[in-house]
Amino acid sequence: MADEPILSVRDLHTHFFADEGVVRAVDGTSFDLHSGRTLGIVGESGCGKSVTAKSILRIVERPGRIVSGQIMLRRQNGSTVDLTTLPTDGREMRSIRGGEIGLVFQEPMSSLSAFHTIGNQLMEGIRLHKDLSKRAIREQAIELLNMVGIPRPAQRIDSYSFELSGGLRQRVMIAMALAAEPRVLIADEPTTALDVTTQAQILDLIRRLQQERDLAVMLITHDMGVIAEMADDVVVMYLGKEVEKGPVDEIFHAPRHPYTQSLLRSIPSVLAEPRSRLATITGSIPHPFARPGGCPFHPRCPDRHDVCEIIVPAEVVIGENHVTACHLYTKVPA
Amino acid sequence: MTVLDVRHLRKHFPLRRGLLGRTAGYVKAVDDVSFSIEAGETLSLVGESGCGKTTTSRCILRAIRPSSGEILFRTGTGEQVDVAPLEKKQLRPLRRQMQMIFQDPFSSLNPRMTISEIIGEPMLVNGMTDTTIRNKRVADLLELVQLPSAYLNRFPHAFSGGQRQRIGIARALALNPSLIVADEPVSALDVSVQAQIVNLMLDLQDRLGLAYLFVAHDLSVVKHVSHRVAVMYVGRIVEIAPTTGLFNTPRHPYTEALLSAVPVPDPRRRAQRIVLEGDVADPSNPPSGCHFHPRCQYATDQCRIETPALREIAPGHSVRCLRAEELSLVGVPAA
Repeated sequence: MADEPILSVRDLHTHFFADEGVVRAVDGTSFDLHSGRTLGIVGESGCGKSVTAKSILRIVERPGRIVSGQIMLRRQNGSTVDLTTLPTDGREMRSIRGGEIGLVFQEPMSSLSAFHTIGNQLMEGIRLHKDLSKRAIREQAIELLNMVGIPRPAQRIDSYSFELSGGLRQRVMIAMALAAEPRVLIADEPTTALDVTTQAQILDLIRRLQQERDLAVMLITHDMGVIAEMADDVVVMYLGKEVEKGPVDEIFHAPRHPYTQSLLRSIPSVLAEPRSRLATITGSIPHPFARPGGCPFHPRCPDRHDVCEIIVPAEVVIGENHVTACHLYTKVPA
Repeated sequence: MTVLDVRHLRKHFPLRRGLLGRTAGYVKAVDDVSFSIEAGETLSLVGESGCGKTTTSRCILRAIRPSSGEILFRTGTGEQVDVAPLEKKQLRPLRRQMQMIFQDPFSSLNPRMTISEIIGEPMLVNGMTDTTIRNKRVADLLELVQLPSAYLNRFPHAFSGGQRQRIGIARALALNPSLIVADEPVSALDVSVQAQIVNLMLDLQDRLGLAYLFVAHDLSVVKHVSHRVAVMYVGRIVEIAPTTGLFNTPRHPYTEALLSAVPVPDPRRRAQRIVLEGDVADPSNPPSGCHFHPRCQYATDQCRIETPALREIAPGHSVRCLRAEELSLVGVPAA
């Protein structure tokens, strides 16, 4: 990874200010996205993986907002801009959102309008980011549909989203995300709502498009299988904290954080012995308002010490590009 | 002892068109499905959306009336009753013996009832009016699903998804059923909680000798819970076999494709997968012959014409494929 990252997130904190208290949805996360590489962000519900994506795109809903941190985007013209400093609805942010950074959501049904043809929605995306004639825009839309593997694109362009299957809808979403030729693609649970054979098709498609376009992909999922399949590097999150970050092979074969280790042990696998019990993590994910002090994982951690209840562990470098935030690897203060 | 014996089950939904609602055809949601489940055994029904697995389970619970076929259920007294043609009134005494665990633990519990009321309700409805006895039983059930009895008077909103699923299980067990139908019971849960519920279901089965019909799309979970697995495609069972046989030596090309599509949590196993072309067939207008032929890489001209029958090709291993004997398909490596 000698090349410079396209997007660098540094110590991002995004909090939600509700009447009941403050939810620290993202509480200090840092990572880089590189061209042609896939960063997987994995974690269970409430870990802050989706809010991280929304923070980058500056679409965090109120009462949430970015409290601190930087999101540095290297722009096409070579300049670097900190997205956290841009006005959410300003011209620059709008040209980045959907322009330089494409986005694919989980729910292809609710993310597409039922009142416009998919062609209209796709062409609007192209029109916003490119200065082309009407006919050229339509041709490009058909080409995009063709590229994402939609059969008979010249006819399908005039269909409505409800006329398409879930897999085809997700392909349309990907076509829309790529309409403005972004260099960064953020995919938030892109295959979670899909059947397993359709999921395989969509993952294949994302991989192929990434190679063709040298895209930097940020893939957000709760599915360790999808991560193992797709990611080059992995960030494991728990309750807004980045607990471990490293190359995919080390995360799966030499995990260091007790949460990563427990999570990997507890996932069911088609390779397992039939009727075998799964290893479990005790307890459940705490409610966001009842967040534990110290290390957020300590109440469920098999390796916890007294210090874990009080002090938030700092990130420790434990290998090349491999860091973890756990007191097992820090010098515990006496 | 066979708890459930389903024979030639069919459920056809009429497709109505036009002003007068004339029947323009049928969606064969379940089309000649047969299987049986023994006491203490888990049979999983797997397949993708629209394959008919949920409709099958709803027919068995008689939430809907099947179009034809037999659903032979062994009652507590040991006799076999065909529940398929029964009316509501006749079904009532049988319902307590076949219970359901739902997918969504957030919408399946009444938010205005306490945990004690939720778990006690099936007993109350079935005439267990003595509060003391009922409360004792509720406390026992909570212990069975490993929840502290201090939770008795709390409301569902105070619980996490995993705890709610435990409450749902306790309610299902309240009347000592012999058959539990679980439709995607862990798919809405986080991984770390999913493991707890899977283990709980395995433990309860071993302790109580329950028969499970487990409806799921996640083959990894299915591997952990099943004795036998039935794969459905467009309303039909295409393969049914003991778990090991189905996963290690699948005999139907659709099963092979399903297995190869499952992402394995190991980056060193980024295998060459079979990526199926196109989408699952439309059950209102299924392809001729074998329903899977348009997506099957092994299909011949014969597959377009002839509908394969489900036939046994190894002990307990049946498959609906004309070419089952000649194909050598790839499963997952043995554990």
